[in-house]
Amino acid sequence: MTWLNSHPLTFLVFAPTILGFVILALPHVLGRLSRLLGFMGALAFFVLSLSWLLGHHGGGAGFTERAPWFTLVGLPVDYALTVDGLNLWLVILTTFLVPLTMLGTWNSLKDRLGTFAALFLLLETGMLGALMAQDLFFFYLFWEAMLIPMYFMIGVWGGDERRYAANKFFLYTLSGSLLWLVALLYLANKAGGFNPVLMGQAASMLPFSVQCWLFIAFAVAFAIKVPLFPLHTWLPDAHVQAPTAGSVILAGVLLKLGGYGFIRFAIPMFPQASMHYAKPLAILSVIAIVYGALVAMVQRDIKKLVAYSSVSHMGFVMLGLASFTVIGTQGAILQMLNHGISTGALFLLVGMLYDRAHTRMIADFGGVALKMPVFTTFFFIVTLSSIGLPLTNGFVGEFWILNGTFLSGFSWGRLYASLATSGVLLGAVYMLWMFKRVFWGPENKDEDSGTHHLHSDLNAREVAVMLPIVVLILWMGVHPRTFVAVSEAPVVALLQDAKAPVPRTFVLKPAVHEASAAEGATHAPGATETLAEPAAHEVHR
Amino acid sequence: MNDYYWLIPILPLLGSAFNGLLGKRAGKGAVTFVGVGVVFGSLLLALSAFFAMKALPDHRLALNYGEWMSTGSLNVPFGLVMDTLSGTMMLIVTGIGALIHLYSVGYMHEDEGYARFFSYMNLFVFFMLTLVMGSSLVLMFVGWEGVGLCSYLLIGYFMETDFAPDAGLKAFLTNRVGDLGVAIGMMVFFAAFGTLTISDILTQAGHLAPEVGFGVLTFATLMFFVGATGKSAQLPLYLWLPDAMAGPTPVSALIHAATMVTSGIYMICRLAPVFTLTPITMDVVAWVGAATALFAATIGLVQRDIKRVLAYSTVSQLGYMFLGLGASGFAAGFFHVFTHAWFKALLFLGAGSVIHAMHHEQDLFKMGGLRAKMPITFWTMLVATLAIIGFPGTSGFASKDEILYLAYLKNPALWVIGLLAACCTAFYMLRLFTLTFLGKARDHHAYDHAHESPTSMTLTLTLLAVGSLLAVWLGWPKAFGGDFRIEEWLAPAVTYGQLHAVHGEHGSHQLAWVLASASTLLGLSFAAWGYFSYKDGLAVSEARAAKFPILHKLLLNKYYVDEGVELYMLRPIRWFGNLLWKLFDVILIDGVGVNLPGALTRVFGDFTALFQTGRVRNYALSMVLGAAVLLYVFLK
Repeated sequence: MTWLNSHPLTFLVFAPTILGFVILALPHVLGRLSRLLGFMGALAFFVLSLSWLLGHHGGGAGFTERAPWFTLVGLPVDYALTVDGLNLWLVILTTFLVPLTMLGTWNSLKDRLGTFAALFLLLETGMLGALMAQDLFFFYLFWEAMLIPMYFMIGVWGGDERRYAANKFFLYTLSGSLLWLVALLYLANKAGGFNPVLMGQAASMLPFSVQCWLFIAFAVAFAIKVPLFPLHTWLPDAHVQAPTAGSVILAGVLLKLGGYGFIRFAIPMFPQASMHYAKPLAILSVIAIVYGALVAMVQRDIKKLVAYSSVSHMGFVMLGLASFTVIGTQGAILQMLNHGISTGALFLLVGMLYDRAHTRMIADFGGVALKMPVFTTFFFIVTLSSIGLPLTNGFVGEFWILNGTFLSGFSWGRLYASLATSGVLLGAVYMLWMFKRVFWGPENKDEDSGTHHLHSDLNAREVAVMLPIVVLILWMGVHPRTFVAVSEAPVVALLQDAKAPVPRTFVLKPAVHEASAAEGATHAPGATETLAEPAAHEVHR
Repeated sequence: MNDYYWLIPILPLLGSAFNGLLGKRAGKGAVTFVGVGVVFGSLLLALSAFFAMKALPDHRLALNYGEWMSTGSLNVPFGLVMDTLSGTMMLIVTGIGALIHLYSVGYMHEDEGYARFFSYMNLFVFFMLTLVMGSSLVLMFVGWEGVGLCSYLLIGYFMETDFAPDAGLKAFLTNRVGDLGVAIGMMVFFAAFGTLTISDILTQAGHLAPEVGFGVLTFATLMFFVGATGKSAQLPLYLWLPDAMAGPTPVSALIHAATMVTSGIYMICRLAPVFTLTPITMDVVAWVGAATALFAATIGLVQRDIKRVLAYSTVSQLGYMFLGLGASGFAAGFFHVFTHAWFKALLFLGAGSVIHAMHHEQDLFKMGGLRAKMPITFWTMLVATLAIIGFPGTSGFASKDEILYLAYLKNPALWVIGLLAACCTAFYMLRLFTLTFLGKARDHHAYDHAHESPTSMTLTLTLLAVGSLLAVWLGWPKAFGGDFRIEEWLAPAVTYGQLHAVHGEHGSHQLAWVLASASTLLGLSFAAWGYFSYKDGLAVSEARAAKFPILHKLLLNKYYVDEGVELYMLRPIRWFGNLLWKLFDVILIDGVGVNLPGALTRVFGDFTALFQTGRVRNYALSMVLGAAVLLYVFLK
């Protein structure tokens, strides 16, 4: 037990792999036992992560395990894992979603149950490791390791075009990472190791143009994962072809690693370069928000619609990060959790529908509410969260992101925030239009229709899966501070570092609040005079 | 008692949760008890809170219940504020809400979704009270979107039909267009004032001279007004309200007449000190209001569905309210909210009573002669009709006259538009009334089965009729010897934080008399015209329609606005979405950007694979050729 007390993170990261190998060693005929074993294990990891991480987190100092590991061509690589304010809830989201998804897709697969459960657990190791790693080489290992189980999940258990989707997913992500690996090795050589702090210091000594190139290499790798327009086209294929469990984890956790990569590495390591590229990032984010929503609107397959809605929602995350304000960044962090919960839940629900009706085409449904009232209620609540209705989680994240962007010190902040609000409208358009066509209206009596094949509402297992999600949706909407209080201090510190070297121009007073909030000073009441500044009229453009 | 006031909004929320989760199992009795009980409980608490607030010297009671979504410099607590404005609105919502809940017991009795209905209705009361009482703009926005949600759910209540889901979707999305305005307005306010707490914003704004921050504040208030046009169904976002009549009639009365649709007016009153600083916005508000009042009234002239007539009438009356606000008559505009809540709720519930009796027949042309069969409905509807056409002495007269008077002082053209709208109102209301209750029955089958409604419904009608009559007590105009006390009552709220209270111009009493006489005379003659056109059936009106076929068709088809929106807005947007998807996503990014390099790699690989023949003689030949090239290079 003493080893465990001093190495809880190591246990959390690698225990799933050990369990996964145990399951792989079991004979094929024990598939159902393997499935149960996998689920029980994942559930245990979730409970442990809750009790350890929340129970001991206390002052916000977090956990760290760091030890020298090996030397790679003269560069020391550390075994370094950390849980702190920036990744605490993402880690818990991961350990939460894995057993939940296993339970939610209990009967979705018919063959090789044990192998699937084992891959799932390997994937959990990859995700948790990537979230916790505090050494860039270590991080890189996990980052790439995540791809392998997901590749097989899509390629083996996927839909009709699974090979194409799996290859596309793998190569797309890999090609971004290879460029990044080159940058990583270059910088590690300058820094004499893979410690992100030392690498950041080394980067700040380099000429600005080199910093920019390095940042771009990091940003592209992360942006593919997010995915940021125009690097998003792997996502719809992967989501549609992946089995439900794969889609949930893909949307729920894998995409988050892109945004997390920016917060954890790209921004703190290259503060000036990231500020320099804030505008292009924001432009792409706004395009992603509107473009993803417009394309989602015209989809005919529900799952593809949800996939494109991910592009739109993750655009909000990137916009919040590009605002370089406390409110915007906190919003981005919350929005990542929101998206994990809501979109994960949407994929689960679509999976439940597909398991019954064997179709996902919107036109094949109509009047589902009459046949499956419980399912409809859950779907509707998740829809509300997805369209950002107040008192659900979606609202808080989007509101913070938009406000943070609006009052960022950047000259484009106000315009882009206003443009991005249209994503909130379009979100309601595609979600509720789909909802109307699938759930409302007279029952679709066609013999071949999906509605015709719906014979049962949700069973107890499925309700048990959805209930915690609904509780979380409301909890995050009513008391978001549970989930973002720990990240406030790290975010303030991060932005102070990022902002320090850049001269800023304030137009309205907004940025004054941000700065003063960051310094802990109270805001000066006399500041309303700045309203009279002529530049204030820019808001009209 | 202060400790319990949070229950005012929360009680209906609990009721909603109970009815939604357990209602089906608990049975109709329990649903009725909880569903109606929580709103009456909320009303009692609201009364207690109201008098507690009234007893305070500054008529303001602020309660705080901890943090909600604060981060960085943003600070949003859960807070409730009761002042003269929100206190009055709170009483309207709970009072009329309670009556309409009572009415619904009878009206919805045979409906299968009884529990679901009460769950939505209770939820609506919760969100509406949040909108009214929230201490910050964000909390107001919670209510703002929340009532939109309930409206959507209740319009789409008959979800197995084709029409109701479409109407619900239309309502939600149109409202959301307006909500974007509110969201942007909030962002500007936050950027400008550094807070979203309403009282702090008003205090800061009160210290500004009108010119300061002109552009920013004008932009922000215009954005808030965009939100108001959505929720309160003004041009150009009014389109959803007539369709909203697809919902059950109590919903139309509570949400789409008395309370939710007036929240745009309420919001502007709430932010009155800021709106006062932005004269351009005030002009826009007044003109949009006047235009809507007339535009909707003309459509109401020819509609056949009884609820649709009332819907356009609501749009038109809401226009009056905005006209009043735009003419700086915050008290006048709000007074019309108050009086309209009574008589329009009564009109809708009376119509509901008729529809209930006629077995869901809503076509005016198939009614007639119901006076004898439904005496209580007849008399109460008469009260409401007189009030809405502004018959002297009624509450509708008092509030409408004050608005028209202020409109005249702002710009006589506004008065003329308002007057024309009033004439149309008088005509279509008498048309509706005559076709329903007077003359001969036109559908004998339905007529024979018609009967007066059950007590829970007629009781509500009677109480609302009494309310419509008594409402005048709050604001009889000064020109006619009254004291218009609502102005003084609301003053602490609508001038909150203002250092120098702005007083509008006041004309003379003679002017008020002249204007009122002119509008009353004209209005009554149009009412008489409406009565005489329809008292003997449809012949007169059919002849008139035949004389102006184009105009008649234009009005009947509501100026073809819906068709235009579909053709020139929605279709292009869908087309654009398809274009982005198929051209941009599939062909350009995925095809040219992703799959083409992939395909090229494969082709190149296949090509080089040709040289991997596995035959020794081929490899030997390459070796010889290579050696020859090397020799040439080195020996040259």
